[in-house]
Amino acid sequence: MGVEQKLGNMGVVTTTLENMVNWSRTNAMWPMLFGLACCAIEMMSAQAPHYDMSRFGMELMRASPRQSDLMIVAGRVSKKMGPVLRRLYDQMPEPKWVIAMGDCASCGGVFNNYAIYQGVDEVVPVDVYVAGCPPRPEALIHGVLTVHEKVKAQKLKDLAKS
Amino acid sequence: MDKKLEPIVKTMQEKFSAAHEEFRGEVHVFVNPEQIVDALTVLRDEYKFELLSALTAVDYYPQTSPRFHVVYQLTSLANNVSVQVRVPVDGDSPKVPTAARVYATANWRERELLDMFGIEFEGHPDPRRILMPEETEGHPLRKDFPLGYEEPQFTFNFEEIDLRKPYVKE
Amino acid sequence: MAQLEEVGVEKYKHLVSERALTGETMLLNMGPQHPSTHGVLRLLLELDGEIVVNCIPDVGFLHTGIEKNMEAKTYQKAEVMTDRLDYMNPIGNNLAYVMAVEKLVDVDVPPRAQALRVILTELQRIASHLVWLGTSGLDLAAMSMFLYCFREREQILDIFELVSGQRMMTTYIRPGGVWRDVPVEFENAVRDFIKIFPKRVDEYESLLTKNPLFIDRTVGIGILSREVALSHGVTGPMLRASGVDWDLRKARPYMGYEQYDFNVPVRPEGDTYARYLVRVRELRESLKIVEQALNRLPMGPVRSENRKIVPPPRSEIGVSMEALIHHFKLWTEGFPAPKASVYSAVESPRGELGVLLEGDGGPKPVRVHMRTPSFDNLSVLPEIVKGHLVADLVAVLASTDIVLGDIDR
Repeated sequence: MGVEQKLGNMGVVTTTLENMVNWSRTNAMWPMLFGLACCAIEMMSAQAPHYDMSRFGMELMRASPRQSDLMIVAGRVSKKMGPVLRRLYDQMPEPKWVIAMGDCASCGGVFNNYAIYQGVDEVVPVDVYVAGCPPRPEALIHGVLTVHEKVKAQKLKDLAKS
Repeated sequence: MDKKLEPIVKTMQEKFSAAHEEFRGEVHVFVNPEQIVDALTVLRDEYKFELLSALTAVDYYPQTSPRFHVVYQLTSLANNVSVQVRVPVDGDSPKVPTAARVYATANWRERELLDMFGIEFEGHPDPRRILMPEETEGHPLRKDFPLGYEEPQFTFNFEEIDLRKPYVKE
Repeated sequence: MAQLEEVGVEKYKHLVSERALTGETMLLNMGPQHPSTHGVLRLLLELDGEIVVNCIPDVGFLHTGIEKNMEAKTYQKAEVMTDRLDYMNPIGNNLAYVMAVEKLVDVDVPPRAQALRVILTELQRIASHLVWLGTSGLDLAAMSMFLYCFREREQILDIFELVSGQRMMTTYIRPGGVWRDVPVEFENAVRDFIKIFPKRVDEYESLLTKNPLFIDRTVGIGILSREVALSHGVTGPMLRASGVDWDLRKARPYMGYEQYDFNVPVRPEGDTYARYLVRVRELRESLKIVEQALNRLPMGPVRSENRKIVPPPRSEIGVSMEALIHHFKLWTEGFPAPKASVYSAVESPRGELGVLLEGDGGPKPVRVHMRTPSFDNLSVLPEIVKGHLVADLVAVLASTDIVLGDIDR
């Protein structure tokens, strides 16, 4: 895709619709601009020059859930934040994906106590868990690429079912 | 004891019959709940303690009388000294007059104590919870409130914990 | 899980003006998910057109129960929690907590460890101010500030990674010293940074300090007077921008700050622009401290010899029975602290970061209270935004440099 067009003046490329849809979804996946705690700073670092997430078509962070495809839960989710997080997830249009960034979002991390959800998967469904406290920007980028792989493996008939 | 603190402690002793103790150069003055607003006003106006650095509480559960100490850490920028005022409060329905009219920062700090320890501040302008959701029961920083520890997931309790996570995919 | 409910004006009627009850002014919710609230802060605004009549902050969306968790751990293990408190300033938090522990159990700190602590906390202060400069630039639509500031911040994080193996949550400062000595590359890494950084600050200043758009957005906006600041417990650069010369590093020197020659920037205006100027000057002053501390970095041990508090070095454990016993006892039981209370404070990038630590004779603290500067700095926000536009509220909020982890704990 794309490459073939540059190689010669073919004008026409044949592929499956499935590949086409999945390819377009991975290459313009807009994350939601939504930081909770420490991991949000590393998420900003991943956007900043040194790591530069725009190499993966993801430089555009949308502040509105209505315009975003990917929710990066960057940080610990408290009991007060849980309902808000759920509301934001419900407001995102389908198809949508969730990355639980960091130990707190994945499993509660060091905060095993009354105030924190022991894993954001008690609130929203999670596609990819990124380990680390906080994860390095490279780890986040790897998590995002893992989501891309997951998207590329999607089948049209599964999408129709859900 | 710091020389600058000696007259202050003496005044507190005379006016409010306040006991005091010292540890590693820090002076703690004990004041009754009824007199705390007057004591803070005297300290602020006469001894230039402009800054209420910290306002917190300590829970000595299972001891009941006094169960709590409400701690006021005061700093004087002009004289560069600090003093700590402590108010012992009993366990059942703890009440202290509000200091929000002496130091504006006490407003939020007292809301935090109401939330975390259940200490009521009489005359507080805005008595709502500040950190926890409003429907929370209990006061988390009390010693009889459980930490809320959850067990790690192992083979023997795998399904039990999985039930709590309805949204886990695959 | 609790459900979100619609909240009427009735609940807030003691906080809003009477015009809100009749519907003449509008209540608008800002946050908790909003790009310019710097985290999960919710502001309930009462608006008359574009003008802010009242502002009611709602915090607690990041309440983590750190204090309760620390009370359930031994003194050494509790330190890990402090990193995650104010996540822009992990090393400074470590220092504040460790100083309280050292005061409570009375342990000495070798001079080399003190100097290393100063170097690292000052680098952390620079990193924190850089994040502030970058994000508040973003809020005022100066996007390039974000890109430039994070470039330099990466260099500081590389130094932290060099000494501790972690970019942010280092837990490098330990009771009685630091975790271990710095590697040999440390000096060159810091010297490179010292060489490059002053030019970079000039670059930031050339972008903002005389930029007419920036001046229009900040001068005279959100004026905080000296009296209001003090009564609201405001500390740090915000207080110094209101004309109060109060810096704990100068007023009550700790960790040998009295040996270093530096100035405390103070501005009398108290507006958003003054707060910007104070922080940018602090970048240069912090760099001066780093350079002096590095030039005089003494040789010697980096941990106290008090084996009852400080674990022995790994090399000793293999050959000394006592070292093995001490190591075992310290990491299983912890050390007992006297039944007493101490309060110790340091100057964090945001203000006075105090720790009230109370022991009960056992290995676990009975009370740890972190007096966090952002909490008080935010509580003054409703006072200073009244009568400004909503767009200015964003500028004022950015200039308070709040960190929600610091507020909610």
